[in-house]
Amino acid sequence: MGWLMKFVNSSIGKKFVMALTGSLLIMFLCVHLIGNLTLYFGEEAFNSYVSTLDIVKPIVRVVEFILALIFIFHIYFGVVLWFNNKKAKPVRYKINASSDSSTLSSRWMIWTGGFVLIFLVMHLSTFWYAFNFSGEVEIDGVHQYYIIVTDWFKDPVYASVYVLAMIFLGFHLNHGFQSFFQTFGWNHKKYMPLIKKLGTLYAIIVSLGFASLPIYFFISSLGDK
Amino acid sequence: MIKLESKVPEGKLADKWMNYKFKMKVVNPANKRKYDIIVIGSGLAGASAAATMGELGYKVKVFTFHDSSRRAHSIAAQGGINAAKNYQNDADSVFRLFYDTIKGGDFRSREANTYRLAEVSNNIIDQCVAQGVPFAREYGGTLANRSFGGAQVSRTFYARGETGQQLLLGAYSSMNRQVKLGNVEIFPRREFLDIVLVNDHAQGVIVRNLLNGNIEKYSAQAVILATGGYSNVYFLSTNAMNSNTTAIWRAHKQGAAFANPCYTQIHPTCLPVHGEGQSKLVLMSESLRNDGRIWVSKKAGDTRSPDKITEDERDYYLERKYPAFGNLVPRDVASRNAKYVCDEGRGVGGGRAVYLDFSDAFHRIGKDGVKDKYGNLFDMYKNITGVDPYEIPMQIYPAPHYTMGGLWVDYNLMSNIPGLFVLGEANFSDHGANRLGASALMQGLSDGYFIIPYTIGNYLVTENPEKVGTDGSEFKEAERAVEDNIQKLLSLNGKQTVDEIHKRLGNILIDKVGMSRSEKGLVEAIQQIKELRNEFWKDAKLVGRADDLNLTLERAGRVADFLELGELMAVDALHRNESCGGHFREEYETPEGEAMRRDDEFAYVAAWEFEDVGKWQLNKEPLVFENVELAARSYK
Amino acid sequence: MNNENLNLALHIWRQESREAKGKFEEFIVTVSPDASILEMLDEINNRLEKEGKIPIAFESDCREGICGACGFVVNGRQHGPLPKTATCQLHMRNFKDGETIYLEPMRATPFPIIKDLIVDRSAFDKIQQSGAFISFNTGSAPDANAILVPKEAADASLDAAECIGCGACVAACINASAMLFVGAKVSQFALLPQGQLEKYERVQEMVAAMDEAGFGSCTNTYACEAECPKGISVINIAMMNRDFIVSKFRSKEVES
Repeated sequence: MGWLMKFVNSSIGKKFVMALTGSLLIMFLCVHLIGNLTLYFGEEAFNSYVSTLDIVKPIVRVVEFILALIFIFHIYFGVVLWFNNKKAKPVRYKINASSDSSTLSSRWMIWTGGFVLIFLVMHLSTFWYAFNFSGEVEIDGVHQYYIIVTDWFKDPVYASVYVLAMIFLGFHLNHGFQSFFQTFGWNHKKYMPLIKKLGTLYAIIVSLGFASLPIYFFISSLGDK
Repeated sequence: MIKLESKVPEGKLADKWMNYKFKMKVVNPANKRKYDIIVIGSGLAGASAAATMGELGYKVKVFTFHDSSRRAHSIAAQGGINAAKNYQNDADSVFRLFYDTIKGGDFRSREANTYRLAEVSNNIIDQCVAQGVPFAREYGGTLANRSFGGAQVSRTFYARGETGQQLLLGAYSSMNRQVKLGNVEIFPRREFLDIVLVNDHAQGVIVRNLLNGNIEKYSAQAVILATGGYSNVYFLSTNAMNSNTTAIWRAHKQGAAFANPCYTQIHPTCLPVHGEGQSKLVLMSESLRNDGRIWVSKKAGDTRSPDKITEDERDYYLERKYPAFGNLVPRDVASRNAKYVCDEGRGVGGGRAVYLDFSDAFHRIGKDGVKDKYGNLFDMYKNITGVDPYEIPMQIYPAPHYTMGGLWVDYNLMSNIPGLFVLGEANFSDHGANRLGASALMQGLSDGYFIIPYTIGNYLVTENPEKVGTDGSEFKEAERAVEDNIQKLLSLNGKQTVDEIHKRLGNILIDKVGMSRSEKGLVEAIQQIKELRNEFWKDAKLVGRADDLNLTLERAGRVADFLELGELMAVDALHRNESCGGHFREEYETPEGEAMRRDDEFAYVAAWEFEDVGKWQLNKEPLVFENVELAARSYK
Repeated sequence: MNNENLNLALHIWRQESREAKGKFEEFIVTVSPDASILEMLDEINNRLEKEGKIPIAFESDCREGICGACGFVVNGRQHGPLPKTATCQLHMRNFKDGETIYLEPMRATPFPIIKDLIVDRSAFDKIQQSGAFISFNTGSAPDANAILVPKEAADASLDAAECIGCGACVAACINASAMLFVGAKVSQFALLPQGQLEKYERVQEMVAAMDEAGFGSCTNTYACEAECPKGISVINIAMMNRDFIVSKFRSKEVES
C-alpha cells in the first residue's frame, strides 16, 4: 500500500481524492434531491419514502457510513490543500485583479465549501438527528417526517440559512462539476465547453431544487396565518 | 606574429571529414570522465556541445549569465534550419547546400568547413527529431519543408515561427538529462570575465557570480566559448539586451585572433526606431518582401501622410534600380538602399524609415489573402507600433542582426590558443562575408552536436593537458586583473550613463561601419571611437557595489569591450578594400552600383592579433577554392 | 505613432535583497506611448544612475516575447493587462494619461525575490532536469522520416512546447501552482511517438520534483491559461493528471 500513500500524498494525488469524493458527492446530491422532491407530492408520499428507507435501515447505515467517509476525506483534503496552497502563496498582490483571469466560484471553493459544511452540521443536527434519534418520528402510529421537515421550513431563520447554503452549494458545484473532469484528465477541446455548461446547469438545478422547498413551505405558511 | 594553421585534412572535399574522423585520436571511454571541460554559453552551440560531451562521459561545466540556460538568444530565431535531406525530391544534395552557403557568403569562407557543415546538416535533423523537437509535418506524418532566401530548393525545416526556440529547448532537454546523470553541471547567473592560460594553454576561467558579485575560478583541460555574436556593439540591434562580446573579446586580448570583424549582417525588414528611449529592434520575417512594395517619397523631407503622396510622387527605388529582382534583392542590397534614400532625407517624414506597402497585394489577393499569409506579422506590427498596417503602410528600417566575424578557429574549431575552442556565432568559420537564412541554427548545432565532440577528443589525446587546480599563480593573477577592472569601473563617477555612451558608439558604427562604408567615414569612425573610449574611462558614471547584483556594472563591463571591438571593426573594414557580402565599401562598386569583390587581393581571412588597446597586427589566412568557381553576384 | 506623452504615477516594488523588507517607491514619469513598459523602466534607470542612485532591478533579454526572462506584475496582472502578451511587448499606449500603476515582482514561495522585480525561478530548471527529456544519445538517431509523426500530434506538441518558462502561470495562480508549466512540459513529450517509452516515468519524476519545490496545487481556476503569454491550454494539465494517475495505478508501480 506504500504506493497508494505516496500517490495520495502527491499534489495530483490529493487532487484526485478531492475529485473522486467530489464526484461521488455530486451523485449523492442527485439522489438526495429526488428524495426531497417527494415533499411536493404531499405528506403521504414523503412519509412513505422515508419509511421505506427505514425498512432497509442496515443498508442505509452502511451507505451513511461510506458517505461520512467521503465527506471527511473531501473536507480533510480540501483543508490540507488549502493550507499548502496558502504556504505556497502567502503574499497577495497590491491590486487584486484575479477576477480578470478566473471565476469567483473557482477561487472561493474553500469558503463556499466551508459554509456548506456549517450548514451540513446544522442540517444533520436537525433533520437527520430528529429522524433517527429523537423518537418523535412516530406519534400514534402516524409518521411525523413530513411535519418535522415542513415545520423547520416554516422557520424564517432556518429557511433563509438553508436557501443561502444552497446558493453557496450552487457555486461550489458549478466549479466542482467541471473540475473533477479536469482532475481526472478528461478535458477535451470538443467536450469540455459542454461539460462546463452541464456543470452550471446541474448546479442550478440542484441548488434551486433544494432551495425551492423551504421557499415553497415558508411562503405557504404565510398563507396559513 | 601568430601562426594560422587551418589544419584542413587531406583528401577530396567530400572525404575530408571522414578522413579526419578516421585519423583522429580518440579518448578511451573509461578515461573520458577524467577530463573536465568548461563551456561558456548555453545557446544552441553551447547546450548541444555540453549535452553530447556529457553523453560521451566528459565532466562538463556550463556557465551562463542567464537565470536559466534556456534563455540564450538562439531562442529568438524564427525561420528555420537548413539540411540537405532532399525530402522534397528537388535535387538537393550536400554539395548544393555547400555551394549555396559558400556563394551566399560571397566566397569568403573556408571550403572544408562549409562543406562539413552541409555534410552534418542531415544528422542534425535526425538528432532533433529523435529528441522530440516538434517540427512541422505533412499530413502523411513526414517532415515539412519551406524554401528560404538564397536557395532554389526547399530544404528548410521549421516549427512555426519558433524554430530557434524548439531547437534550443531540444538541446536544453538533452543537457538536462546529462545534469540528472551527473555529467553536466550548470552554473547560471555567472558572467565569464577572463580566460586563464597555463603554459599558453586554455585551462580555466574567471567568472563573476551575478547575484553576489563573487569572483569564482574554475579549471579544466579545455575551454569552449559559445557566446554568440556581437551585433549589440551597434546598441540597437535585433540581438537580446544582454548579448555581448565580452567572452570572445577578453579571449582575444589574451591572444586569440579575431577574424573578419567587419562582416556584419544588417537585416532589411525590422521595425523602425520610435524614439530616443528605444532599447532594441524587432525583426519581421523577410517573407514580407514577397508581396510588399518598398517606396519613399521623391521629395526630401516630405512630411505628408502616405495616402497624400500620389503614385507619381513615390519612388519604388528597389524596383527602379533592380528591375529583375525588385523588392526581393538580397538582404545587404535592400538594407544599403534603404540607408541611401534616408541619407537623402527621403525617408518617412524625412526620418529613418521606408514604407513597405501592401496596397497592391490587397487589390490582388484581398485583405483576407494577405491576412492568411502574414496575419501574425501584421498583428505583431500593430501591437508594437499601435498602427494598423491594413490601413496605413508599414514602416521598416534595417537593423544589425548577425555577425559573421568572430574568433578565428581552425578546422577543429580551436582558436590559436591551444585548448580554447569557439563554436557557433562566436567563431568566424562557416558563413564567409554573409550568412544565408536558416543557416545560423544549422551551424550552432553542427558545431555542438557533431564536430566538437570529435575534435576535442583529438586535442585532449594529442596535447594531454594536465589537470591543474585553481590555486596556481595564473589563476590568482587573472582573478586580480578581473577584480582591478571591476574596481576601476566602479570608481568612474562622471556625468554620462553607460547606456548613453553605448548609444553614441552605436550611432557612430551604424552610420560609418554599417550598411555602407567609405574610407573617409571609417577613418573618422576610428578617431571618434578612440575619443569616445577615452571619454568612457573619464566621464562614465557607475553606481552600486561590486558584491551585489549590479546591472550597471554588468553593462559597463560589456560596453567597455564594445568600445574596443568597435574600433577593430572599423580598422578591418578600412583595410578590406573591396565590397563583399555584408561589407560594402562605397569606393568598390561596379558601374551598375553592385558590390565589387576583389578576389585577387582579398580572398583571405583577416585574423587580427591584439597588441594593445587600439593596436592590432594583421594576419592573413589565404582562402583556396578548389571546388567552386568564384562568381560575381548580380541581381539586376 | 505621434500621440501625446503620458503622465503616470508608478509605484514600483523595491527590495534590496532576498532577506530585506521591501516597499513600494513612487516615480512620477512622462513617457511616450510608443515606449514599451521596459523601455520606460530603462529611462527611469538612466535617470536614477545619473543621480547616483541604484537603478530598479528587473530582468529582460530578447524583448520579443520569446525568451521568458521578463515578467512582473502590473496592477495585479502578470505581464500586464493584455492577453497573450509578455511584459516586454506591453506598450504604454495601453495605459491612460494620469493613471497610477503598481509594479510588483511575482509572488510565490518557490520564487523567492532576489532584488526589486527579479525573482529566482530556478525551481523550473530543477523540474525539467528531473525528466523533461527523451533519453537519446547524439549520433544514434535513425533517419528523421523513419519516425512518422501525425501532423495533429506535432501541432499539439508544439502548442505545449511554445511555453517560454516565464513563470506567469505560477504568479497568476492563487495557489502558486506550477501545473500549467509542468503539464506543458510533460505533454510536449507525451504527445509524440518519440516520448512514449518514458511517458510514465517522466510524469512521475517531474511531478515529484514539482512537489518538492513547494509549488501549490491546482484548483482549476485556469488563471494560468488566461495570463500565459503563449496561451498554453490547461488541457495540458488534464493530460498530465491522467498520465500521472494511470502511472500510479499501473501494475509495474503497484509491484514496486
